[in-house]
Amino acid sequence: MDFTSNYFEIFGLPVNYQVDLSLLSDRYRSMQREFHPDRYASKPAQEQRLAVQYAAVINQAYTELGSPLLRAQYLLSLQNMDGVGDEQITRDPQFLMRQIELREKLADLSEANDAFAILDEVAGQVESEYIGLQQVFDQQYSRSELQGAAETVAKMQFFSKLLREVEELEQELDD
Amino acid sequence: MVLLQISEPGLSPEPHQRRRAVGIDLGTTNSLVASVRSGTPETLPGNEGLDGEQQHLLPSVVHYSATGEVTVGQTAYAQSSEDPLNTLISVKRFMGRGIEDIKTLGSQLPYEMVASDSGMPNFKTSAGDISPVAASAEILQVLVERAELALDGALDGAVITVPAYFDEAQRQATKDAATLAGVKVLRLLNEPTAAAVAYGLDQGGEGVIAVYDLGGGTFDISILRLSHGVFEVLSTGGDSALGGDDFDRALAEWIVEQAGLEQNLSPSQQRQLLMEARKAKEALSEQSQVEINVVGWSGVLNRTQLNSLIDPLIDKTLRACKRALRDAGLKAEGVANVVMVGGSTRTLRVREKVAEAFGQQPLVNIDPDSVVAIGAALQADVLVGNKPGDEMLLLDVIPLSLGLETMGGLMEKVIHRNTTIPVAKAQDFTTFKDGQTAMSIHVLQGERELISDCRSLARFELRGIPPMVAGAAKIRISFQVDADGLLNVSAKELTSGVEARIEVKPSYGLNDEDVTRMLKESYTHAREDMQVRALREQQVDADRMYEDLLAALKEDGRQLLNGDEYHCLEVALKDLDEIRQSQNHREIARHIEMVSKTSEEFAARRMNASIQKALAGHSLDEVEKDV
Repeated sequence: MDFTSNYFEIFGLPVNYQVDLSLLSDRYRSMQREFHPDRYASKPAQEQRLAVQYAAVINQAYTELGSPLLRAQYLLSLQNMDGVGDEQITRDPQFLMRQIELREKLADLSEANDAFAILDEVAGQVESEYIGLQQVFDQQYSRSELQGAAETVAKMQFFSKLLREVEELEQELDD
Repeated sequence: MVLLQISEPGLSPEPHQRRRAVGIDLGTTNSLVASVRSGTPETLPGNEGLDGEQQHLLPSVVHYSATGEVTVGQTAYAQSSEDPLNTLISVKRFMGRGIEDIKTLGSQLPYEMVASDSGMPNFKTSAGDISPVAASAEILQVLVERAELALDGALDGAVITVPAYFDEAQRQATKDAATLAGVKVLRLLNEPTAAAVAYGLDQGGEGVIAVYDLGGGTFDISILRLSHGVFEVLSTGGDSALGGDDFDRALAEWIVEQAGLEQNLSPSQQRQLLMEARKAKEALSEQSQVEINVVGWSGVLNRTQLNSLIDPLIDKTLRACKRALRDAGLKAEGVANVVMVGGSTRTLRVREKVAEAFGQQPLVNIDPDSVVAIGAALQADVLVGNKPGDEMLLLDVIPLSLGLETMGGLMEKVIHRNTTIPVAKAQDFTTFKDGQTAMSIHVLQGERELISDCRSLARFELRGIPPMVAGAAKIRISFQVDADGLLNVSAKELTSGVEARIEVKPSYGLNDEDVTRMLKESYTHAREDMQVRALREQQVDADRMYEDLLAALKEDGRQLLNGDEYHCLEVALKDLDEIRQSQNHREIARHIEMVSKTSEEFAARRMNASIQKALAGHSLDEVEKDV
């Protein structure tokens, strides 16, 4: 497959942590307009198969660039730092304490009377700290402090997981 | 240009010949076929009514008589009370389901089910054991005949709709039914997406659309964003075993309770009960109370009573709506329009509760029974190539996560639900024993952690791994989901290059042999001769390939091919043109294969050229922006 461009090139965007998300989705739609298999439904079979592959790459690129965490990991992988965050454990004790604190709040939720209020509060905190980490990553990356950036990605991963747990809890409370 | 000399004058295909394409809504209760004619999508009527009257809705009912005669639609439905065991209703609920699943569909089933060799449940009828796929194929066949009559010729293809919530097995079963009925499937399209297309194009709207689709046996909720002709599915959810039939069932149980009836009702009585319950439910959308007379009991039911019986079921659908909104990262306020689909949204209570949940009146101006078929027809028209340059594009998602069994009976997700398709993902695994030479791969679908709570799709083995110490082998398992939502899985040991791949067929679905056997069986009491059908299919394929390649050569041939290559393709194409007029379907198939091989490289170059063009397009934008 000759789709060797990096994800940023696919959408004609500069290789940078900061991404214009509305431009990204505009470009995404115009790329899919070109390469989605539906565009090839009345074309020869080989072109159809190729279209499936290309559209899949475009979808993957869009997903990764659209997510703050995956985008950070992708940028590091372009610097040959693959799998960052996957197994890396942060050694920052303060950060770990904070994690435990937030998790305990969530764990006690089922017994609380004002579960929704607590959940909202925790969600807000998690959200704002997650955004803070993204800013830190942006600075570290632009200064080429890759080790530090990798550490930040590991922290971001914690928060992204926590956000997912918050969502799941919200769903359970709703049901 | 040389190419124009390939076909003899008068034999060349019309350059803009319209292809015959239809949208088919293969519903639980009713089915429909629609097509775009003179720019307008419309449903096509048939003459299968009781007195030969024209009807658009075809009841999804198939009756098998002891003499082997098969009837479909109204005539079949009319027999359901007297001959319940041989009259198959709501067959869609059984598509792609195993025996275990069927048991959860409730005790009120008036059929006798038997397990087939493949473990798939069959209906026991006086015409023999009938699979849900075969019964669905009968329905499809009637719709196809109807369309071919209306459009005056063989179909080039069809878009068949499925509930968004249909899993891999159910989609595959639907595709198998189409194969059995001899329909070329352009695309399996999610029903809510089809409905959004029907409404979106109608209104030229932009923004977020929620499609609430409550049919006879299934509930779907989809959240889509429409922007500049691109429909992007943001999330989808629902319940593949919840629908208006359950309203009827709840009502029937109420009647049984009120009448103090014994549990042991005959199948015919059960059918009568359900039919009466449905009538009463429908009447209550028009009037505030209704009298019921059934199996020796009579009584009155009012709207409030009905509401209290069905509210728990409606609430279940609303919870799914909330979940779908959350998955899309939206609140109810962010939804611009709510679209109602499916006959069961005629129930007033459903409309009331949906309006309440979304804080706005839902759109009901397109007939909820035909909106899906209309949308499918619009998409079929685009896919078959009747509208070149059309801006409409659908970006759909997979409804349920796909993954693999890992140690301890856990499901490891490889592709998460609501991922836009097509999608390709790979994950690396390793061996856990020294000298391990084979690895068993178990493909699953579902959201739960334990594999026993997920649907098993396929198992296969990667063999011939060179013996290494545990953890040294690197086994890459790749998933590819195409635009129909169907999955392909392959596994490769990276250090040695050993490979295994499988097109995922559900464990209890049909394998290719089953399909071939069933095709043969259907031909023995078929209305059409097998040879004729095979010939017709090959001719349609050959025509298509000929036209496509001719157009492609004309467009890019001179730029992308050297003289020899060009000549080679030209000759292959000329041969195909001659042979496609012949009566020999094997010969035609052989030529199709040959042209396909010869043009492979050309296809790849064309794709590359498009990519370069698209990438260059971005940089052009940049320049314009900077200026």
